[in-house]
Amino acid sequence: MSHSTDSVVAHHFEDYEQQTESAMLGMWLFLAQEIMFFGGLFAAYMVYRMKYPDAWATGSEQLDIVLGGFNTVVLLLSSVTMASSVWCAQKGKNKQLIWGLIATLVLGFVFLFVKYFEYKSKFEHHLVPGTHFFFDAAHATGPVIGSPTQGQLQLFFCLYFIMTGMHALHMIIGAGILIWLIVLAMRGYFHPQRYMKIELFGFYWHFVDIVWVFLFPLLYLLHRHG
Amino acid sequence: MSSITLTPDIAPAVMPKSHYANVRTTVMSWLFTVDHKRIAILYLISITVFFAVGGLFASLIRIELLTPKGDFMTGDTYNKVFTLHGVIMIFFFLIPSVPATLGNFALPIMIGAKDLAFPKINLLSWWLYMLGGVLAVVVLLRGGLETGWTFYPPYSTTFATSQVTIAILAAFLAGFSSIFTGLNFIVTVHKMRAPGMTWFRMPLFVWAHYATSIIQILGTPVVAITLVLVAIERVWGVGIFNPQIGGDPILFQHLFWFYSHPAVYVMILPGMGVVSEVIPCFSRKRIFGYEFIAFSSMAIAIIGFLVWGHHLYVSTQSTYAGMVFSLLTFLVAVPSAIKVFNWTATMYKGEITFEAPMIYALGFIGLFLVGGLTGLVLASMANDIHFHDTYFVVAHFHYVMVGGMVMAYMCGLHFWWPKMTGRMYPGLLATIAAILVFVGFNFTFFPQFILGFLGMPRRYHSYVEEFQILNIMSTMGASVLGLGYGMQPFYLLWSLFKGEPAGDNPWRAKGLEWQVPSPPPTFNFPDGRPVVIEDPYAYTIDVKEADSVAQH
Repeated sequence: MSHSTDSVVAHHFEDYEQQTESAMLGMWLFLAQEIMFFGGLFAAYMVYRMKYPDAWATGSEQLDIVLGGFNTVVLLLSSVTMASSVWCAQKGKNKQLIWGLIATLVLGFVFLFVKYFEYKSKFEHHLVPGTHFFFDAAHATGPVIGSPTQGQLQLFFCLYFIMTGMHALHMIIGAGILIWLIVLAMRGYFHPQRYMKIELFGFYWHFVDIVWVFLFPLLYLLHRHG
Repeated sequence: MSSITLTPDIAPAVMPKSHYANVRTTVMSWLFTVDHKRIAILYLISITVFFAVGGLFASLIRIELLTPKGDFMTGDTYNKVFTLHGVIMIFFFLIPSVPATLGNFALPIMIGAKDLAFPKINLLSWWLYMLGGVLAVVVLLRGGLETGWTFYPPYSTTFATSQVTIAILAAFLAGFSSIFTGLNFIVTVHKMRAPGMTWFRMPLFVWAHYATSIIQILGTPVVAITLVLVAIERVWGVGIFNPQIGGDPILFQHLFWFYSHPAVYVMILPGMGVVSEVIPCFSRKRIFGYEFIAFSSMAIAIIGFLVWGHHLYVSTQSTYAGMVFSLLTFLVAVPSAIKVFNWTATMYKGEITFEAPMIYALGFIGLFLVGGLTGLVLASMANDIHFHDTYFVVAHFHYVMVGGMVMAYMCGLHFWWPKMTGRMYPGLLATIAAILVFVGFNFTFFPQFILGFLGMPRRYHSYVEEFQILNIMSTMGASVLGLGYGMQPFYLLWSLFKGEPAGDNPWRAKGLEWQVPSPPPTFNFPDGRPVVIEDPYAYTIDVKEADSVAQH
C-alpha cells in the first residue's frame, strides 16, 4: 500500500516538510519549557544543598540505592525500546512498532511500581514530610553524617518527594499517551509518511528519562563515595 | 503604480459577503474554532471582561483613598481589593492583552501564513486561560485573596486565610496558556513565513512578539513550579519556603522574580511592536533604524532575564549581587531608549496625522519615557532604600504598564479594528477618548510619584492627612481615565453595526494584513500564498515627488 504525503498535510501547511519541521520545533520548545519547569526545582535543590550539606548527605544515605539503580536501568532500557519504536515507525514495520511501544509502556510501569515501594518504605520510616515526620537516627536505614536537624532533613525529603513526584507525574502522563499511541498503531494509523506522533512522543520520553538521569545521582549518590 | 496606491478609493468600500467571522455562526463554531482570527476575538472579549473587573477593583481602591482614614472598607477588605486588582490585571489582562488578541489576529497574516503553526494548541491556550479565569472568579466569590499579586511566603503559605491555593491554580493555568501562545508564535515565525518574507522584512510587531515568546517559554515555567511549591506548602503544611524547618522565603522571591521581572517585558514588548507599526503609518515614513528596533527587542528579552535581583535590594540580598543587578538594570534601559529614539526619528519631517491610533502611540512614547526613566531611579540601590514599597513604585509601574501597555493595546485595537471588523469607528469620539485617557492617566498617577517621594507606603488603606490633596487629585484623574475607557465599548460596539465599511486599507498602511479584505476570509489570502517583494515600511512621504517618479 502506498501513501501520498498530501493526505496527511494539515490545511494551513504548504507541504509535508513544513509540517514535520514545525512539529519538531514545537516539541523542542515545549521541552525547553520543561527544562525551565524542572529548573526551578533544581535551583531550590542547589541552594539548600549548599546551605545544609549534612542533611543532604544523610538524607541521600537513607534512599535505596539498589531500587534507584534498578529503576535507572529500567528507564534507560525503555529509552532503547522507544528509540527502536521510532525507527520501526519510520520503516513502516508496524508489528515491531506495536511491540516496541508495549515494551516501553511495560518498562514505564515497572519503574512506577518500584517507585511505589520506595515511597511506601519512606512512609513507614516516617520520612514523609508533614506532622508525622521524624528521622529516627537509631533505626535509620543509612548512616547519619554530621548533625542535621529534623527540619533540614525534612527539607531534603520535601525536595526528594516533589522532584521524583513531578518526574513520576510526567511518566504517568507519558504512559497515558503511550496507550493512545498503541491503540492508534494497532488500528494501522502509522506509516512512513505519518509517524510524527511517535517521533514527537520519543522526544518527550527521552526527556523524562534524562530528568531521571540527573535526579538519580543528585538524590541517591550524594555521599556514596570512598 | 504609485499613483494608484496613493489615491484614496473613490468608490465607497463594501463589506465582503463572506469572511472569517460569518462563515459559521453557531456558538460552538466559535468556542471550538481553530481559526487564529476567531480565537483572537474570543480572547478580545475575555480580556475586556477581566479588564472591566480589574478596573472595578481599581476604582474601589481610589474611593477608599479619598480620605486619610480607612472609612470605606476594612484593612482586610482593602488587602483583598488591591490583590485582586493586581492578579486580574496582570495574569488575565496585561500578559495576554496584545499577544493573544492583536498578535493572534495579525501575526500570521503579517508573515503570509494561513494560520498559526498549531491551531489546536492555540484553542487550548484560550481554554486554559478561561479555566484560569473561572477559577479567579471562584476566588473572588469565595472570599477573595489578600496576599498581594506576588504571593510572598510565609504570609501566603502560613498566615493568609483566603483562597490562595485556588488563586495559584488560576495563575498556573493562565501561565500555561501564555506559554502555548509563545510556543505557537516562535514556530510560526520560523516555519510559516511566505516566500520573500525574510527575517528582515518582518514587521517589527512580529519581532517584538518573537522576543516576547522567548520570555514566555523560558520564564513562565519557573513561576509555575514556584507557585506549585507554595500550593504544596499550603496544602500539606510543609514545604520549601517554610523558615520553621530551615526553608528560605527569599528563595521564593528569587524564583518568583526570575519570571515576574521578565514578565513585565512580556507586558511591554508587544506594545512596543504595536507602536512600531503605527508611528510609520501615520508619519508616512519608513521606520528609522529597523534593525536597531528589531535587535533591541531581542536585547530586552535577553538582558531582561538578568535583572530580577533589583526587586530584592532590601531583602537581605548581598550588596555585591545588588550592584551587579543594578548595573544590568541600567543596561536594559539602553535598548528601550534606542526604540524611543528611533520612533522619534521616524516622525522627524514626517507627514504626521492625528488619528486615534496615533494619539495613543504618541501618548505611549511620552508615558513610557517617564515610566522608563523612573525605573532607573528605582534601579539605583541607594534610592531604592527610600522608594521601596512606596507609591513611587506604584506610579512607576503604572506608567509603564498602563501608560505603556494599555495605551499600546488601545492603539493597536484602534489601528486593527477596521481590519478585524471591516468597519470604521467614529473618529472624533475615538480621538476624544484617547485624549481623556492620556489626561486622566497623568492626573491619576503623577501625584503618586510625589506621594511616594514624600514617603507614602503602598498597600495601606489609611494615610496621614498631609497626603490627602494629592490622593484626591489621583482619584479625580482616575475618574477621567475611567470615562475615557468607558467610552470605548460604546462606540466600538456601535461601529460593529452602523460603522462605515472600512475597505481593505483605510490607513493606507503597508504590510500584508492590509492587502487582504477587511475582515479577512478564513484562510487569510483569497488569492493564494503571497510573495513578498518589499519591506513592510515602504511608505512614501511626498505625494508630488511620488507622482513625478510615476511619470518617468
